[in-house]
Amino acid sequence: MIGYIVRRTIQAVTVLILVTLVVFLAMRMLPGDPLTIYIVQHDIDKITPEFQAQLMHKFGLDKSLPMQYLDWMSGLFRADFGRSIQYNESVTTLMAERLPVTLYLGLLSFAIASVLGMLAGLLAAIRRGRMLDTIVTSLANLGICTPSFWLGILMIYGIGLKLGWLPIQGYTSPFDNFWLSIRQSVMPVFILSAWGIAFVARQARSSMLEVTRQDYIRTAWSKGLRERVVVMRHMLKNGLIPVVAVMGVRFSHTIGGMVVIENVFNIPGMGRLMVAAVFGQDYQVVQAGILIMAIGVVLTNLVVDISYGWIDPRVRYD
Amino acid sequence: MVVNHTSGKEFSEAQPHDSEFRRIIRVFLKRWVSGLGLLIILATIIIAIFAPWLAPYNPYEIDMPNALLQPSGEHILGTDFLGRDSLSRMIYGARTALLVGLMATAIAASIGITMGLVSGYFGGIVYMLVMRFVDTLMAFPLILLSLVLAVLLGGGLHNVMIAVGIGLSVTYARVMCGIVLSVRENDYVLAAKASGASNLRIMLRHILLNCFPPMIVLVTINMGGAIMIEASLSYLGVGIAPPGAAWGSMVTDGYRYLLTNPTLALTPGLAIMVVVFAFNMAGDGLRDALDPRLRGLL
Repeated sequence: MIGYIVRRTIQAVTVLILVTLVVFLAMRMLPGDPLTIYIVQHDIDKITPEFQAQLMHKFGLDKSLPMQYLDWMSGLFRADFGRSIQYNESVTTLMAERLPVTLYLGLLSFAIASVLGMLAGLLAAIRRGRMLDTIVTSLANLGICTPSFWLGILMIYGIGLKLGWLPIQGYTSPFDNFWLSIRQSVMPVFILSAWGIAFVARQARSSMLEVTRQDYIRTAWSKGLRERVVVMRHMLKNGLIPVVAVMGVRFSHTIGGMVVIENVFNIPGMGRLMVAAVFGQDYQVVQAGILIMAIGVVLTNLVVDISYGWIDPRVRYD
Repeated sequence: MVVNHTSGKEFSEAQPHDSEFRRIIRVFLKRWVSGLGLLIILATIIIAIFAPWLAPYNPYEIDMPNALLQPSGEHILGTDFLGRDSLSRMIYGARTALLVGLMATAIAASIGITMGLVSGYFGGIVYMLVMRFVDTLMAFPLILLSLVLAVLLGGGLHNVMIAVGIGLSVTYARVMCGIVLSVRENDYVLAAKASGASNLRIMLRHILLNCFPPMIVLVTINMGGAIMIEASLSYLGVGIAPPGAAWGSMVTDGYRYLLTNPTLALTPGLAIMVVVFAFNMAGDGLRDALDPRLRGLL
């Protein structure tokens, strides 16, 4: 077990190092030059070769590629993600402002989707072929193919503009104005969880149905156990194993959803920052943002893999 | 009349001989949504192919005096901010969606299946390298990976196809590798080896062909996924160059006029949803029909 955890952790770290390399090289391969974009946006009158050279030096772009990579890597260990060219600000500061927003909304949707999705899948499976099953299955099938940005705009139109029930954009920290924060988060969180609920419900339903056919469930029924015990003790525990296994995929998808949704609802989080940074070729911001997201995904997968043996005792580590 | 005591009734109840192909069709069509999905896919293909004949107006023609018209008999879905007929743009948008879906999936499948086949067949260090590469790409959220790649390659529709294709390829590599690992243990692979077949021949003739059914399912479902990512990317502003029509960018363009002309932003999104739904449902039906574990149960 310990050996497995060590090996799995080494593997995760290897992946993260590869991630830094891929991201670093990818950003350097972008056509165009972030400094030109910066100068055009900020000081168009100062565009002289000396000023350009000065800026190159300031952002460390005059060094060789391996040196730039080493600079960046050594900075990471001091929580220094470099300097944003567009914002002319420390990337760490930018991230510190935006990461909590994305984490708060993302984790909230992730949790809601896990609970509601499992519940819906379970109910559909034990009422197979009935009304409830049909409703859950149809909604789940629709849910996984609804574009999140479109659902967002639909809700902005219906609930925000026509009915005027909820604010259509922005984000407020729950510590500043709790009520406004809740009102602003309802639509983004609903949309982000909608895909998750649908995805988990489908997964949970089909794995529950698989479990229902197993011998030990027949044994449990024939022992005369009550439905609640059969479902909760025997079906749920076994049926949820595949649902836990796809947590990493869902986590990554939730972050991806945030990238789109933050743009729809004008939420000042990581996603919107990243999209702007990709278009503005703000190397350091994109590098840092992707790295942080990748760390999240890799850690989730690591936790899922390690906890697998605890959830499913049949899994052997070798 | 002594010979046959079996009544005709029993004969009629016996299962007729079912060929594999007919069984697949029967299981597929048993769930009506799968059939509906197939129907929608076919309809979309026809719309995309015959777009120039089906579209009532030229989708690129700017007509400022008639900008932002409400839906009417003349312009069924109204006109956008440049006076272009929205329905015609929707019809041409089907071309973009299908083209990107098809090309991205083809790229993803060819890269992914090759990676999975090679890594699963040879194992060892090759397996290690390929899987670490797959893990690395999988650490990025798909939409962000495609966005960065598409911008990196210089934007435009071709580059979106390549970017989405690379982003989706890792799924194929993972799934394929898993199947190859189990298929290569079969006796017929050993027999092929013993009779002196080359590695390439074994991989292509004996292993790849046996991995076909799950790959077909993955391809179908991925078509929907690719279309969805293309839509999200063109919503964010990467993709077909103006004045080209894509459903995602139509949503973005129409968003500014949401209060006065809601159809502009809302109908293209509906189209994305319907097409993605169709591919997902067809994929689900195919999975049921091709899954050997369900043979006899359905």
